[in-house]
Amino acid sequence: MIEQISVPTVAELTAKGEKPDVLFWVGCAGSFDERAQKVTKAFVKILHHVGLKYAILGTEESCTGDPAKRAGNEFLFQMQAMANIATLNAYEISKIVTTCPHCFNTIKNEYPSLGGNYEVIHHTQLLQELIDDGKLTFGEEPFKGRKITYHDSCYLGRANGVYDAPRKILEALDAELVEMKRCRKNGLCCGAGGAQMFKDAEQGNKEINIERTEEAIGTGADIISANCPFCTTMIRDGVKHAEKEDKVEVLDLAELVAQAKDL
Amino acid sequence: MQYIEQLLFVIILGVALYFFVKKIKQIRRNIFLGKDETINDQKAERWKIMTKVALGQSKMVVRPVAGFFHILIYIGFVLINIEVLEILIDGVAGTHRSLSFLGSIYNTAIGFFEILAVLVLIACVVFLARRFIIKIPRFHSPEMKGWATQDATYILVIEIILMVALLKMNAVDQLLQSRGADHYVAAGSFPVSQFLTGFFSSYDTSTLIVFERVFWWFHILGILFFLNYVPYSKHLHIFLAFPNTWYSRLKPAGEFGNMPEITNEVNLMLDPSKADPNMPPPEKFGVNDVTDLSWKNVLDAYSCTECGRCTSACPANITGKKLSPRKVMMDTRDRAEELGKAKDKNGTDYHDGKSLHDLISQEELLACTTCNACVEACPININPVEIIFGMRQYQTLEKSAMPSEWVMMNNNIENNQAPWQFSPTDRANWSKEI
Repeated sequence: MIEQISVPTVAELTAKGEKPDVLFWVGCAGSFDERAQKVTKAFVKILHHVGLKYAILGTEESCTGDPAKRAGNEFLFQMQAMANIATLNAYEISKIVTTCPHCFNTIKNEYPSLGGNYEVIHHTQLLQELIDDGKLTFGEEPFKGRKITYHDSCYLGRANGVYDAPRKILEALDAELVEMKRCRKNGLCCGAGGAQMFKDAEQGNKEINIERTEEAIGTGADIISANCPFCTTMIRDGVKHAEKEDKVEVLDLAELVAQAKDL
Repeated sequence: MQYIEQLLFVIILGVALYFFVKKIKQIRRNIFLGKDETINDQKAERWKIMTKVALGQSKMVVRPVAGFFHILIYIGFVLINIEVLEILIDGVAGTHRSLSFLGSIYNTAIGFFEILAVLVLIACVVFLARRFIIKIPRFHSPEMKGWATQDATYILVIEIILMVALLKMNAVDQLLQSRGADHYVAAGSFPVSQFLTGFFSSYDTSTLIVFERVFWWFHILGILFFLNYVPYSKHLHIFLAFPNTWYSRLKPAGEFGNMPEITNEVNLMLDPSKADPNMPPPEKFGVNDVTDLSWKNVLDAYSCTECGRCTSACPANITGKKLSPRKVMMDTRDRAEELGKAKDKNGTDYHDGKSLHDLISQEELLACTTCNACVEACPININPVEIIFGMRQYQTLEKSAMPSEWVMMNNNIENNQAPWQFSPTDRANWSKEI
């Protein structure tokens, strides 16, 4: 590690009389899950590298309530939502970026009617913006010749129609994007959405993540890229199940960008 | 004799229309068993979606083979029905080919309809083959057993019979025209049925007139039967696809509405100044019966033609789980019909005490990943997820019926601010390790 990055909290900035340009909403997986923490760190390194004025809520952040809502517990969802909105509004937050499409969808679409109105973007959209603006450039064709497939998460793709930003990042990385048959609007779920992440699957003849991972491996790609901590977990489990861990990596787009920049 | 035939025609037409309108009114009432919801924003966008998706069949052609043959039947159905207008006039007025004064336009149209009739015939045969010879899996799911498959088969067979009757009618008609039979004006062009005249040319003129009358009556009786069959059938989509796409959900698919009655309760707890103290405490949370759905959800159910594209795209169904979004829609329609009938019998305020949960099990509801693949796959923008989600809310909020892992998850969110059992004070620990 070349330099120590200290991640500012909104509270710290406020104490100095400052405000972040963008709040990084880390999410529960990004905060606690060991695998997802790597994505969080990669993304923070990128934010630091491009010199964006960002901050996190730190311990003031709390679950958006998405899994509670999808499990049918509207009461708990709204309790969580209103508490978060109170925090965000108190800090006069106007723009939020998140590395989790579930947090992204909930804050963007379900908070406004409860009094939380923010510009919300997913980290792949921010990365694409940085690339388009020339703030993130890749010199030595970092992934040239590497076959990469991309898994559309349901809550970024179908739920919010974001299909191009992630693909443009892969293009900028000079990777060879090999699409799965079920992609974009027809992308197949990893199996974790709708709070399935937190329970066993109902009885069937196959796990959804295995069905999806087989399709991804079938493209011949050696990297499966994703944009969601839950998808990443589900597909990584699928790769383990197929005993391909030594041949196929599952990486978030933020990790690919950080790798390319040697961050 | 002539007048008796006309009188008979008017009576049959009247009876057919009476029963059709009666059933349509019943269906309308059943749709509005669902809760009130005003959907009339963004009108320009709604017309655009209806034009593109229903009229233009844009989502049908996502699967090109089925899409192509469906368009043949669709165009054939719409255009050949222009001829029904003439049949109605002839039937009431006792005329024959009353629109033939249009001259060459008429002749071209009749010829064009014959070609369409053949294309419809081919498409119907292809569809039967897809169901029963190729056996495409989505036509053989458990919910397709019995009536659902019979219904689909009847419709294809009726269409084939109608098209054959049309062509035979024209074949006999042109023979009568060429023999200069009284009443049979020379009109039309017959690019297809000219090859069928050989079957009838040996009969004398009076027998041919009987044939012509039989085919003519068969054709119109077939159409009137079809008209009255459609409201009982999955074929209702030929009408309802249009309103159903007009009333499409325009918000992002990921946005699941927030329940306002809960917002008030939460406000009462967190910030009473924002709460409406006069709002009565809610009687029920979530969806127990069709009466708890939006009327749009019930319209969705009546519009569904059971093609099963939703089910074939559903990740849960693909991996052998019990959930089938198509079954959810079929059950919703069945339940609306059942409750409607019970109300017809016992009065508007009557409720039979049954619920949608009698038809859709918790195992099905719990298998949904809310991925919206079914919504995307539907050629007419039906949304099964809203029904599944509403029913899940009922299970969770009213019955506390959920997997123990979800109970734990909810406890964790309440106590630790995360779905896992981590201490909230450790939330930013990762930031010390960069």
